[in-house]
Amino acid sequence: MNAPAELVNQHLIDPEICIRCNTCEETCPIDAITHDARNYVVKFDVCESCRQCIPPCPTGAIDSWRRVAQDRPYTVEEQFSWDALPEQAEIDRGGDEGTPEDVVRITAEATAGQGGRVAPPWSAAHPYQNLYGLARPAVATCSGNFRLTGEDASSAIHHIVLDFGKTAFPVLEGQSIGVIPPGTDAQGKPHFVRLYSVASPRNGERSGYNNLSITVKRVTEDRDGNPVRGVASNFLCDLKKGDPVNVVGPYGATFLMPNHPGSSILMICTGTGSAPMRAMTERRRRRIALNEGGELMLFFGARTPGELPYFGPLTKLPKDLIDTNLAFSRVPHEPKKYVQHLIRERADKIARLLADENCYIYICGLKGMETGVEEAFADACRDHGLDWETLLPALRAQSRYHVETY
Amino acid sequence: MSTIDYNERIPNNVHLSDNKTLQRALQRWQPAFLGWWKDMGPEDSTKLDVYLRTAVSVDPKGWAHFDYVKMPDYRWGIFLTPVEGERKVNFGAHKGEPAWQEVPGEYRSTLRRIIVTQGDTEPASVEQQRHLGLTCPSLYDLRNIFQVNVEEGRHLWAMVYLLQAYFGRDGREEAEALLERRSGDADNPRILAAFNEKTPDWLAFFMFTFLTDRDGKYQLAALAESGFDPLSRTCRFMLTEEAHHLFVGESGISRAIQRTCEIMKSHRVDDPAKVRALGVIDLPTIQRYLNFHYSVTLDLYGSEVSSNAAAFYTTGLKGRFEETKIGDDHQLANDEYPVLDLVGDRLVEKHVPALNALNERLRDDYIRDVEAGIGRWNKVVEKAGIGFRFKLPHKAFNRHIGTFAGAHVSPEGKVLSEAEWTHMRGQWLATEADREFVRSLMGRVAEPGKFANWIAPPARGINNQPLDFEYVRFS
Repeated sequence: MNAPAELVNQHLIDPEICIRCNTCEETCPIDAITHDARNYVVKFDVCESCRQCIPPCPTGAIDSWRRVAQDRPYTVEEQFSWDALPEQAEIDRGGDEGTPEDVVRITAEATAGQGGRVAPPWSAAHPYQNLYGLARPAVATCSGNFRLTGEDASSAIHHIVLDFGKTAFPVLEGQSIGVIPPGTDAQGKPHFVRLYSVASPRNGERSGYNNLSITVKRVTEDRDGNPVRGVASNFLCDLKKGDPVNVVGPYGATFLMPNHPGSSILMICTGTGSAPMRAMTERRRRRIALNEGGELMLFFGARTPGELPYFGPLTKLPKDLIDTNLAFSRVPHEPKKYVQHLIRERADKIARLLADENCYIYICGLKGMETGVEEAFADACRDHGLDWETLLPALRAQSRYHVETY
Repeated sequence: MSTIDYNERIPNNVHLSDNKTLQRALQRWQPAFLGWWKDMGPEDSTKLDVYLRTAVSVDPKGWAHFDYVKMPDYRWGIFLTPVEGERKVNFGAHKGEPAWQEVPGEYRSTLRRIIVTQGDTEPASVEQQRHLGLTCPSLYDLRNIFQVNVEEGRHLWAMVYLLQAYFGRDGREEAEALLERRSGDADNPRILAAFNEKTPDWLAFFMFTFLTDRDGKYQLAALAESGFDPLSRTCRFMLTEEAHHLFVGESGISRAIQRTCEIMKSHRVDDPAKVRALGVIDLPTIQRYLNFHYSVTLDLYGSEVSSNAAAFYTTGLKGRFEETKIGDDHQLANDEYPVLDLVGDRLVEKHVPALNALNERLRDDYIRDVEAGIGRWNKVVEKAGIGFRFKLPHKAFNRHIGTFAGAHVSPEGKVLSEAEWTHMRGQWLATEADREFVRSLMGRVAEPGKFANWIAPPARGINNQPLDFEYVRFS
C-alpha cells in the first residue's frame, strides 16, 4: 500500500522579525532550538511543540508554523539560509497569501466569467492550498502517460498520472496543480509555472494510491495558428514512466464539488476543460453504492469523437449515473454542433436543474464558449418561465455557478 | 502597618514570607519606590490601563501573563531563575568550588559596587524616558515604552532585593540612594554618563533601547556567570525581560527606516532635505543618531585595559559573555587579547594580558551583536532598492572613556586634529538642528491602529493581538 505521508505543523522562527535575543534557546527544555551567526532555528526532529518558548519571545517571531509533509520538514540548514520565512501555507485561511503571483493572475483571468471571486458550495470539502511553493516544489514521478485522442486527431491530448510517493499532496476535484518545466527560458530565468486541473478524484487516480492525473494538450501552435512549442505541455506529453516532475500547489478553493446527498452537478466543458468534470464524475461513480441521490448532467464539446478526451470511458458510464451530451463540430457530413445547441435541445431539464437549489453548475474550457452557454441558459429560462438576468446573480450568491475558462 | 499581604503584593519565588527581616526591609522600601515612580515614572500615566506583560512566576507560562494594568498597580516582584542542582564557580581563582549562596566577606564591597552600578541604570532610564509618552507614534509604541519602563522598575527591585537581602545596613542605604539620585541632576546624578544624557525623542529612545539596553544585556550576561549564585540567578531572569527592550529598539528603528524607504521610493526622492519635507526621518540623520548612541554606549564598558575588570574575573564575581560555552582554562593567566592603542596619530593593535582586557572583550562581543542588527536594518533598505547602507563607526570614534578619551577619531578610524574634528562632527553626530527636526515630527498618535507618518506599523502585534488593538486605554 502506497500510503501518503501525513501533514504536520512544523515549528519555525521568522527571521525577519527575530532579534536573535537567545531567549527561546535558553527557555527550551529539550534543546530543540539552536542558532548560527545568521538565524535562530528549530530542530524538527527534537521539537515536541510544547510551546514553552512562545510566551517568552519578545517579538512573536517564535510563533511561526508551516504545514509540511512529515517526511519533508525544512532542515536546520535550510532554515539557517533564510532571510524570510518561505512562502506558503496559510492553508487554513484559504486565501491567496503565499500563492505565486502567476497563479493568482491566471486564476483571476480564468474565473472572470463567474463574476469575481465566489465561495465554494457549502458542502464542499475543505481544500489544502499552497502546500508547496516555487522555492520548494514537491517532486512527483510520472507513473503513466497515455494519449487520449486518436493518432489522426488534430490535437494530441494526454492523460498523465503523477505519483507522489511518500510526499503528501492532498487535492480535491476541481483544484489545480502547478507544474514547473525544467530548465530556464531564453533570458536564463526559470520557466513560469503552468496550471493544470486535476482529472482524478480526491482519493487518487487509483483509489487509495497517492497519485493524481492531469489532462494535457500538447501545444504546437498559438491562438492565431502560428507554430509554437509549448514548454510545459511538451515536457509533460513527452514524460516517460519514472521521470520526475516539480509540482507546486495545490491551488483553488472555489471550483469545488458539493458533497451533500441529493446534490446535483451540471457540467459544461470543451477539450481539456473536461479534467475537473472527469474528477467529479469519477468521485460520484466510486460512491454509487452509497445511493446518495442527485444527478449528473454533462455537456461536452469537441471537433470529433476521436478528439474528445475520455470518449471511450465516458460512453461506458451507467446512464443512471450521468446524462451525457456530446457535441461535435467537425464530423464529416454532419451539421456543426456546439454545446449550446445541445443545451437548447435539453432546455426542459436544464431549466429544472438551474432552478434546483441543490444543483451546482460548472463551466470549464475555452473562453469563447462562455457567451454561447450563457445565451443558451437564457433561452432555456425564457421558455420555462425563469428570468436568467435575475437567476444568474442568485446562482452566484448561492455559490452555485463556477467558471474556469482560458 | 502590616496589612499588606506581601506574597500578594510582591510576587516572588524567594520565600519572602519566611524571612521577616527582609520582608520588613522591603516593606519600608516599597512606599519610597512608589513615591519615586509617581514623581519620576512616565508622565501623566498613573490612570491609564496598559496591556502589560507581568511576570507572575518564573516558569514559561507564568512569566508572560498579559492583562490591562494601571502601572502603579504593576506587580513588581522578585524573581530568580530556580537553583540549578550543584552550580559551581566556573572561572577565576575559585573555579570548581561550589557557587556561593552568601557573599564572601572579602568581596563584599566590590560586589556591592557592581550591584549598585547595575541597579542605578534601571531607574535612570525610566527617568530619561518619562516625557516620551506624550509624543507616542501609536498606542502600540506607547504600550511598549510603558512595558520597558515597568520592567526597568522590576530590575531595580531585583537589585534592591540583593542589596537588602545580602548586604545588611550598607545595602539598605544603597537601596535608598538608588531612589534619590536623578538622571541629569547637577548635584546628585546617576552613576554612569550615558544615563545622564537626555532621551528627548522617540528616535533617541529606540536607539537607546537598541544600543544602551544591549549594553545592559551584556553586563547582565557577564554577571549571570557570577560565582555569587543569587546574583547569577537574578540576572538570568532579567535577561529574559531585557530581550523585549532590545526588540522595541531594533524594530522601532527598523520601522522608521522602512517608512522612510517607502516614502523615498514612492516619491522618487533621496535628497535628505526633500525626504524631510515629506515628514519622515532621512537616513543620514538616523545614521548620525546611531553614531552618537553607539559611541556613548561603548564608553559604558570602561577602559580597554582595566585591573578592576581583571580582579572581578579572578575573584569569580563577573565572568565573560557565555563563559561556560568558551573552551579555554577559564583562568586566563597566560592568555593575551588584542586592544587598540593610540600612538601619535595612528591606531595600533597591541596585545595585553587577557585578564586586563576583559572590558574590551565584552565590548567586542557587544559590537558583533550590534553589527548583526545593523545588517538587518540594511536588509530593509536593500529590499526597497535604495543604495544607502548603515555603518557602525570605528570603535575609537567619539569616545570619552579609556584610551581614546580626548582623542579625535573619524567614523572611518582616522585620527584627526581638533580643528578637523570640530569642522566635521556635525556631519557625524546628530546636531541640534537634527534633533529639532526629529522633534518636529513627534506628535502624539493615540487612536487604535493608527501610526505616525514617520514610522511603519510593526509586522505583528503584541501577544499576537491585532495592530488596531487598544493597547492602552484612557479612562
